[in-house]
Amino acid sequence: MPSYLKRQASRVRAHLDMPLFVIVLLLMGVGLVTVYSATYSTGMGRLDNQIVNMLIAFVSMLVVARAAPQKIMRFALPLYLFSLALLIGVALFGVSVNGSKRWLSLGFVRIQPSEIMKVAMPLMLAWFFHKYESELTRRHFVIAACILFAPIFLILKQPDLGTSLLIGAAGFFVIFFAGLSWKIMLGMGAFAAAALPFFWNMALHDYQRRRVLTLLNPASDPLGAGYHIIQSTIAIGSGGPFGKGWMNGTQTHLEFIPEKHTDFIFAVFSEEWGLAGNITLLVLFFLLTARGLAIAFAAPTLFSRLLAAAISLISFIYAFVNMGMVSGILPVVGIPLPFISYGGTALVTLAVGIGILMSIHTHRTRIEK
Amino acid sequence: MNVLQQKQRELTEFRRRLLFAAFFAFLLSGLLFARLFHLQVNLHEHYSSRAESNRISLAPIVPNRGNITDRNGVILARNYSAFTLEITPDQTLDLDAAIDALSALIDIQPKDKRRFRRLLKEAKTFESIPIRTRLTDEEVARFTARRHLFPGVDIKARLFRQYPKNALAAHAIGYISRINDDDMDWIKREAASRPDRNINYKGGTLIGKVGLEKQYEFELHGVTGHEQIEVDAAGRAVRVLSHTAPVPGNNLVLTLDSALQEMAEAAFGQRRGALVALDPRDGAVLALVSNPAFDPNLFVDGIRLDDWDELNGNPDKPMLNRAIHSAYPPGSTFKPLMALAALSQGRRSASHTIADPGFFSFGGRVFMDDKVGGHGSVDMFKSIVVSCNTYYYQLANELGIDAIARFMREIGLGMRTDIDIPGENEGVLPSPEWKARRFRDREQQKWYAGETISVGIGQGYNAYTPLQMAHALANVLNHGRVFPPHLVDAVVDAGTGETRKVSVSATRQTPLEPEHVDFIKRAMAGVNREGTGARAFAGASYDSGGKTGTAQVYSLKGQRYAGKNKERLRDHSWFVAFAPLEAPRIVVAVLVENGGFGSTSAAPIARQVFDYYLLGRRIDGSAPEDAAGAEEGDAAALLLPSPPGAPNHAVLP
Repeated sequence: MPSYLKRQASRVRAHLDMPLFVIVLLLMGVGLVTVYSATYSTGMGRLDNQIVNMLIAFVSMLVVARAAPQKIMRFALPLYLFSLALLIGVALFGVSVNGSKRWLSLGFVRIQPSEIMKVAMPLMLAWFFHKYESELTRRHFVIAACILFAPIFLILKQPDLGTSLLIGAAGFFVIFFAGLSWKIMLGMGAFAAAALPFFWNMALHDYQRRRVLTLLNPASDPLGAGYHIIQSTIAIGSGGPFGKGWMNGTQTHLEFIPEKHTDFIFAVFSEEWGLAGNITLLVLFFLLTARGLAIAFAAPTLFSRLLAAAISLISFIYAFVNMGMVSGILPVVGIPLPFISYGGTALVTLAVGIGILMSIHTHRTRIEK
Repeated sequence: MNVLQQKQRELTEFRRRLLFAAFFAFLLSGLLFARLFHLQVNLHEHYSSRAESNRISLAPIVPNRGNITDRNGVILARNYSAFTLEITPDQTLDLDAAIDALSALIDIQPKDKRRFRRLLKEAKTFESIPIRTRLTDEEVARFTARRHLFPGVDIKARLFRQYPKNALAAHAIGYISRINDDDMDWIKREAASRPDRNINYKGGTLIGKVGLEKQYEFELHGVTGHEQIEVDAAGRAVRVLSHTAPVPGNNLVLTLDSALQEMAEAAFGQRRGALVALDPRDGAVLALVSNPAFDPNLFVDGIRLDDWDELNGNPDKPMLNRAIHSAYPPGSTFKPLMALAALSQGRRSASHTIADPGFFSFGGRVFMDDKVGGHGSVDMFKSIVVSCNTYYYQLANELGIDAIARFMREIGLGMRTDIDIPGENEGVLPSPEWKARRFRDREQQKWYAGETISVGIGQGYNAYTPLQMAHALANVLNHGRVFPPHLVDAVVDAGTGETRKVSVSATRQTPLEPEHVDFIKRAMAGVNREGTGARAFAGASYDSGGKTGTAQVYSLKGQRYAGKNKERLRDHSWFVAFAPLEAPRIVVAVLVENGGFGSTSAAPIARQVFDYYLLGRRIDGSAPEDAAGAEEGDAAALLLPSPPGAPNHAVLP
């Protein structure tokens, strides 16, 4: 038995990327400490749950890290089609919560297919470009765009602007790294800018428009939509250079911060740890991204290159959008702060992403041989 | 193209894009850093204070209002604590249902509900609003047992103002009532002009409206204390951070003698009128009566509509402070002052004698004395004792209006006495300048010499408040030194017990010759001994001086005064007096509206007040009914018709 365990341990270690592992460990540590502060008044239940979530996330990460990229690649098409089917299912039989239809009830559990799509989309596109690597033409980019927009359209309809933008970004990153010409990107950018007013009037829901307007002037509605932003910026600002100290955030502990253990946890962290803590956090997220991009730099196949690059960049975007929203420079969208916010789904999804990065890195030499 | 080269080129492009992505991520990190730096360093102080004001709520603690006592320590205004049933609208789901349910438990009248609705409109929804005040112990117990059924409803102890003597001296004391917008402006002005006094009405709802309660508002109010409370986002108190105790308001000790006041009020009975009693030595107000009065307790927790209607609609105007606000023609009480003016200005000696034929003609007009055939030969002494009109027609004509107005102003008429309660009327001291100010029409602005003549007997445009008449007499007795009348003797610090005496000093000095003053005193003593005041002062064990007066309400135009005159058209009755003769300790001015002759209505009241104050006993004060024989010269019977709108009569029918 000991030798079996030892063998397993050494295999695990062989597929572990130390820099990524340390960064994720540090981020989760920050997460636990902050969730504790944000939730201790309501008992230890949340903290215990989060510890379990983190264990599951770690196991998922290690399991995925041990799987070879070729094996992962085999999941790309089925997972994509599966989650697309689920999204259609949501559109037809979904459960409405708070006015948006995002969930599919399977009787005992409710799942949110858009979450699966966050992983499935970059996988699918990376697989697609990898498969047609030697014969890539404009036509393939058009097909890739279709692969991207079909689920986004469904998610927009739910409506869930935040998630569709993030999945859109994930897919776009793959296409970008696959070599989409700069000219087309510039053209699309120009087109998007031109279409913005139309989009604003026709496609956005009232509550989405309100969120954007609130961002521009939170004081216009201090007790309604602006309340979250006002209170979270007060929390951040009052934290100052070095923070009020762990467990000492008044905005946090007197319940002024809404969703303080989930989407707005960054406000809690900022209030208690100040600018010093925030710089540390920014550095950690940047290092995570940089390490992921470095892995992509060294990755041997087109699939692994595209996937690694997209995962790295998208996890940074998650962190950026969340912190930007909480600090009042982006509209409020329901995105948790990676590895820090309370909640299992996002944590496991992210851990799987990091696992894929590790897999790509630790399997690179074998492919070359 | 070589496949390998193609692959290599693509790889290079990919890696270039990776670098671009890294740069992009770095840029976004920098943007976030800039934002966070801005919030946490540049705006740190701003957000710190906002977090503090989020978290800290200041709960004001209303100070105890100062008590008011009379000169002997009798309490005239105090506070008592009582239980109120209060509702916090924010914490109550259905207000109407809650009030209905409460009505089953506690007696809630429609008036209580009306008041609650009114307060609800004015208050913030998180403040608790009383629905019932002064709960009985039984009601408190009944509610307490069922408190859990009424979220947002609670019993609180609040302090209420109480005037234990009810209507006694109500016009002097005044009352407190809810703060309105005008009061808020007043508070703001006061706070701005006296930054050292820490004027703060947070949490307070009541303020002095009239009388001493208003005049000494900022002495009585005290300094609001506060509790710093940490609250959560839902407004629940988490803990008390600091406590600053309120400083109770200062107590007022009055110069007023409540027993004297009570006696004087009783002497008026149902009659309308006013009385002012002063200590001539320092201007201390001993009694200030305006009858009828009102019960200030009605105002304390919001006056009921029907009470208000009754007070306001009452033709006797109980809310009117006749003693300081209503100006009446002084009638013959003006004559001693006229005589003194002549002496002081050296225009006539006391021994100068005239022959009174019973009338005085001037400019083709005849001014009648009331005694047919006249008083015969009249010197100054006799002119006062018998109240001879002809003497003063002549004298006024001789002195001229300017000299009269100058002297009267010097002894305090036609200007505010600066008594320490608000609402004083400055009266009317007629003069050509006054007329020019008063009227717009050129013709009306002109002063006619004939008008001077009726001024001489206290009619015409002349109009003074009872306070002014008492004050003027006091000034004369002081040989021209003027002490502003005051109701407050001392302000007592409720905390330290330190007593601050109100400083008494003469504000003006117009020297009057002692022999002139003595002459006037002797002449007024003659009035009480043998003249129009003799009946009222018969048998008094002290010497006193007085002068009756009758102020015309309605010109009879030659008809004889008759009982058939409507009650409110009858003349006002005046009496001014002082005692003891040698060293006066009390001066009174009494006015009985529509009381007819001064000797029958007003003088007996003065007698009762003097007896009580000087001898410490009450006399059975029924006035002699038939005193017509002593009425010579008092009714200024034949006069010019009153100029339109001229005399400032308080009660014109």
